[in-house]
Amino acid sequence: MEKEPILTVKDLSVSFHMYDTGLEQYDLKVISNLNLDVCPGEIVAIAGSSGSGKSLLAHAVMGLLPGNAAMSGEISYRGRVLSQKDKEKLRGKEMALVPQSVAYLDPLMKVEAQVRGSKPDRERIAAQREIFKRFHLDEKTEKLYPFQLSGGMARRVLVSTAVISGAELIIADEPTPGLDLEMALEALKVFRELADEGKAVVLITHDIDLAFHIADRIAVFYAGTTVEITEAEDFRKGPEALRHPYSKALWEALPQNGFKPIAGFQPYAKYLPEGCLFSPRCPYKTKECEQEIPMREVRGGYVRCIHAD
Amino acid sequence: MKKMHVLKFTGRYLVRVVTLLIAVSIISFILVSASPVDPVQQYVGAVPNVSEEQRENIAEYWGLNDPPLERFLAWGNSILHGDFGTSLIYRRPVLDIIKEKFAASLALMLTAWLFSGLIGFGIGCAMGIFNGKWLDKILKKICLVMCSIPTFWIGIVFLMFFSVKLGWFPMGMSVPKGVPADEVTILQRIHHLVLPALTLSFLSFANVALHTREKLVDVLESDYVLFAKARGESRFSILKRHGFRNILLPAVTMQFGSFSELFGGSVLAESVFSYPGLGAAAAAAGMGSDIPLLLGITLFSALFVFAGNMLANIIYGIVDPQIKEGYKNESYGS
Repeated sequence: MEKEPILTVKDLSVSFHMYDTGLEQYDLKVISNLNLDVCPGEIVAIAGSSGSGKSLLAHAVMGLLPGNAAMSGEISYRGRVLSQKDKEKLRGKEMALVPQSVAYLDPLMKVEAQVRGSKPDRERIAAQREIFKRFHLDEKTEKLYPFQLSGGMARRVLVSTAVISGAELIIADEPTPGLDLEMALEALKVFRELADEGKAVVLITHDIDLAFHIADRIAVFYAGTTVEITEAEDFRKGPEALRHPYSKALWEALPQNGFKPIAGFQPYAKYLPEGCLFSPRCPYKTKECEQEIPMREVRGGYVRCIHAD
Repeated sequence: MKKMHVLKFTGRYLVRVVTLLIAVSIISFILVSASPVDPVQQYVGAVPNVSEEQRENIAEYWGLNDPPLERFLAWGNSILHGDFGTSLIYRRPVLDIIKEKFAASLALMLTAWLFSGLIGFGIGCAMGIFNGKWLDKILKKICLVMCSIPTFWIGIVFLMFFSVKLGWFPMGMSVPKGVPADEVTILQRIHHLVLPALTLSFLSFANVALHTREKLVDVLESDYVLFAKARGESRFSILKRHGFRNILLPAVTMQFGSFSELFGGSVLAESVFSYPGLGAAAAAAGMGSDIPLLLGITLFSALFVFAGNMLANIIYGIVDPQIKEGYKNESYGS
């Protein structure tokens, strides 16, 4: 896959300006030195536990971070570094977000108006009908209000908004919460189809199992950074093919692979350790782990660990 | 199906209003019975030379010596027949007075109500849109100050400033003095209406503004606005399509739910401006121990507030699809 990446995230850090007790203020670094790229025609899954900064990455790319957030690093689209203005111009046209749940639809507005957008011309209406048909949403659906949609319908409506925009980059933020593997795969078939049409899909999920069934590549998140970026194939092969101790631990924690948990917990953004963020839980920890750990290439994938080979 | 639904809806409200009025009449009857006001003394008033025996006869004639339940039923019975009795201070049927005074009050309350609703909503929206900016901060402080100002005080201040000092508006009453009733122009009426209406609207418009602001800020921080931004909607489009749509409903509801405050405020505002409305009549009835009028106004105000709340509910049902569809489903189920 020697294609030009459509989205490149380089050294992204996001921090929030917070108030502590009294007048004390501090910056909470929730994403640190994150790297990622996505090419047309592929699905990159971002997997990690809750609180690892997955959704924030999506918001940073779309320019949706709240006012008290500060961002550093580069986010480029088709090789061009994006400013906040650029993101505002591109979102809804070149990049689209598929949110998690029906709560992201205006409760007082019919579905059709929300999918068509603020300027519905005849073409747009026709496109919306076409897309609804494609996702097996019957004609009555467009006249419904969000609260009348079933979970599955809501999900398809949300995906429709991304498809109608014609965006080349689709970021899906936890599109399958609470579904079992089979149902989730069914729901994710849409994204596979979109990727096969040449779109780039970023699939944010905490479900690693799901990620390696559907994605081409997987980026493993831990405490706000990427610890490993690998072909999904390596996850299917097992821990020997994986590079980072956290990825291996994730694999072993899956029910079908022994259900083995590891000790400790993901550090809260306020109390991040020095150097490798995983080091407090890592069995291979040495003195060198306390320095800054760069991302490096190992066996065709990328890993943020000095001990990987 | 639809007819059934409407019937059920109306029936439910009828039951509610009847039980409410019964409860209000029982409570006010008990309160009046327990009060130290002697109806005979009030009726006789300052007329001298009324002997003990004559007083006894009046009391007997009115049935004041009957047990309370009997008296209540007798009173309730005449109310049901549309006889609210005769006002002691106006010496006319209570119902006529309520009708006449309410017509005067309605103009006042309606103006104040529209004024506070529209201005409050407008200011609230401005604050919500500029959330955290200097405009929001200044307006918010003004609103908070205004919230804590009592109606009668601001009324007196208005009088002192606009009427006494500047002489822009008349000192009180609803029409100019010494002009025959049929020669009073509409402009003169409006001229007399401005200050009391302004005073009355001061009661609620800061409140409306603060509520609207809170709601708009919530909406603009909601997930669905975030998603609308992600779909490329502009700031203006988001306000127009999602912002106003979602705050209009609570604003309207609150406005109709504020009838009780409006009525309460009119008692004070009308007293300060000697405006001859229902509020002033209520105050006069209370001060003059005019029990028939007081009871009549009590029942009427209960009905008035009930009407406001009912309108709020109905409007909610019509405008909010979640409730509208809910009602539909309910009637399918039954």
